[in-house]
Amino acid sequence: MDPRIEKHSTSFTGTNVPIGDGKTKGSAIQNATPYLFIAPHLVFFIIFLIVPIGYGIYISLHEWDYLTPPEFVGLQHYRNIFLNPTSIDYVEFWNAFWNTVQFVVFAVPVLIVVPLVLAVAVDTKTWGTHFFRAVFYAPSLLSVATVSLIWLWILDTNAGIVNFYLNKFGGETVPWLSKMPWAWIALVVMTVWWTIGRNMIIFLAGLQDIPEELHEAAKIDGAGRLSRFFHIILPGIRGPMLFCVVMTTIESFNLFGQPYMTTQGGPGEETEVLMMLIRQVGFADFRMGSAAAMALIMGFSLLLISMVQFAVMNRGQIRGPR
Amino acid sequence: MALKSEERRTQRFTFVFLVIAAVVWLAPMVWVLSTSLKPESQAISWPLRWIPETLTFENYFIILGSASTPVIRWFGNSLLIASLHTFFILIVDSMAAYAYARMRFKGRDVLFWILMTTMMIPPVITYIPLYSIVDKLGWVDTPWAMIIPGLGGVFGIFLLRQFFLGIPYELEEAARIDGAGAFQIFFRIILPLAKPALVTVALFTFMSNWNDFFWPLIVTNSVEMRTLPVGLSILQGSFNIQYAKLMAATVLSALPVLVLFLFAQRFFVKGATMTGIKG
Repeated sequence: MDPRIEKHSTSFTGTNVPIGDGKTKGSAIQNATPYLFIAPHLVFFIIFLIVPIGYGIYISLHEWDYLTPPEFVGLQHYRNIFLNPTSIDYVEFWNAFWNTVQFVVFAVPVLIVVPLVLAVAVDTKTWGTHFFRAVFYAPSLLSVATVSLIWLWILDTNAGIVNFYLNKFGGETVPWLSKMPWAWIALVVMTVWWTIGRNMIIFLAGLQDIPEELHEAAKIDGAGRLSRFFHIILPGIRGPMLFCVVMTTIESFNLFGQPYMTTQGGPGEETEVLMMLIRQVGFADFRMGSAAAMALIMGFSLLLISMVQFAVMNRGQIRGPR
Repeated sequence: MALKSEERRTQRFTFVFLVIAAVVWLAPMVWVLSTSLKPESQAISWPLRWIPETLTFENYFIILGSASTPVIRWFGNSLLIASLHTFFILIVDSMAAYAYARMRFKGRDVLFWILMTTMMIPPVITYIPLYSIVDKLGWVDTPWAMIIPGLGGVFGIFLLRQFFLGIPYELEEAARIDGAGAFQIFFRIILPLAKPALVTVALFTFMSNWNDFFWPLIVTNSVEMRTLPVGLSILQGSFNIQYAKLMAATVLSALPVLVLFLFAQRFFVKGATMTGIKG
C-alpha cells in the first residue's frame, strides 16, 4: 500500500555489522545487546498496538456498555450493520459511511490537482518562489481546531467575509455551513486551504527529480505546454502521485475535526462522517461493541481501498512510463 | 530567441497566478488577525473594514484572563505533552532503529516485517480498545494518555533505520577496535551523526502530537487537562459568535507554530519531502 514499504524491503538482508552476533566474544551479554535496544519500543508496540488490535476484535463480538461486564454476542453487531436495515447500527453506519465516501470523492481530486498545479507553478523559474512555497505550506502546520475557527468566521452566513463579497458583487447569501450542497463545499474548501502544503512539497520534489534535458528535448521537438505536462511531468512524478493519492484518500476517510467543529454533522446528519459516528457510539452512547465493529469495518474498507489504489496505479509503473 | 520569449511569458504568467493564489491563501489569516484587533462591537460591520477603526488588544486580554477557558494552561499542557512524547520517541525509536539497521539477531527480519506491516493498519481500529487499556492503567484524563501510547508507533523507526543504513561501517569498526561497547558506540558515534534525521523525526512527532485532536478529545474530560486544540473547541462554545474574541484565540493558537515555521522552514520542507518520498 505504501510505496516506501516496497522500496526498502529489498534491503532486509543488506550488509550488517556483526554486533552481538556472538562471534566477537560469544558472551551472553553480547547476545542480549540487540534485544536490549529493541525492547523498549517492542513493549510499547505490543501493549499499545498489537494488543488493541486483538482486543478491538474481542470488543466487537460483545455487547458492552463500559460499566457492566461485556456480554458475548458473536457476530451480531456485524450482522446488524450489514444485514439488518431496521437496526440503528445499520442506519447510522451506512449514513456515515456514504457521507464519508462522498467527501473522499469530492475532496481527493481537488487535494491532488490544486497542489500539483501549485507545485508546477512554484517550480517555474520566476520571482519569489520560496516565499510562495512558504505561504501555501504554512496552514498545514495549524491544528484542525484553529483552521475550523478561522473558516467558521469566514463562512459565517450573516457576518462572514465570503458572503459579504458575494453580496457586493450581486451574488446571493449562501448558507455555507447549514445547507446542502454548501456544507460539503465548505468542508472541502477549508480542507484544501489547510492541507495542500504536504502534497505540494512532495510533488515539487518529484518535479525537481525530472531531468532538465527531458524538458529541453521536448521543447526542441516542439511539444506544447500541455503536451509536456502529460508526457513528461505526469509520468515523471508517478511515485509521488501514488503516495499522495493513497495518503490523501486515507486522510480524507479519517475526516473528523472540520465537521465536528463547523457543521456538527449537519444539516440533519448529512455531514456526519464515520469518525464522528464512532466517537458518538463509543464515547457518548457507550455502545462499545457496535463502535468497535464499525471501526473495524471502516479500517478494513480503508485497507482495501489503499490496496486497490496501489495495485491499479502501480501496474503502469512495472511496464514503465514509455 | 523564440524559446527565450516563451520562457519570459511563462515567467510572468506564473508570477501573476502565484500572486493571486497567495492572496487567496493569506486573506483568511489577515482577516482573522484584523478581526481579533477590533472591539467586539465592531467585529461585524457593514461595509467590512480590513483595517480596524479602533485598534485594541482587549480580546487577547479577555481570552488570556478567562478562568473557565484557561488558554495558557492548555498551551502548557500541549507543550509538556508534545515535548515529553517527542523526547521518548527519539530515545525509544533511535535505539530500536539502530538495532534493526546494524545488528544481527535472531528474529530480526520477521520482527521488522511485522513492524512495517502494522504501518498499514488504520489507527481507527485501535481507538476503542486503546481507550479501555489506557483507562485500566489509570491514565484517562492525565497527560500520560497522550504521551505514552504513541510510543508504540513505527514510523520513526522506519525513517531512522533508513538513515542508519547509510552511515559508514568504518566508524563503528574503529570505535569497536578501541574497545567501545554497543551502547557507547550508539550514544557517542551514531546519535551525533544522525542529528539531521533526529531533527526531522522530532519535528514531525512534535507537530503531529501538538495538533492531534481526536485522541485528546476522547481521553481527557476535565477542563484543566485539555490540550490547546481541544481547548479551542470548548472556547468555541463559551464565546459562541463573539468572533473578535474567538479570533484572538485563533491567532494565539496559530502564532507559536507560525513563528517556529519562520525560523525552521528549511527543516519542515526537507522533512516533508523525506517523510513523503525517500522516507
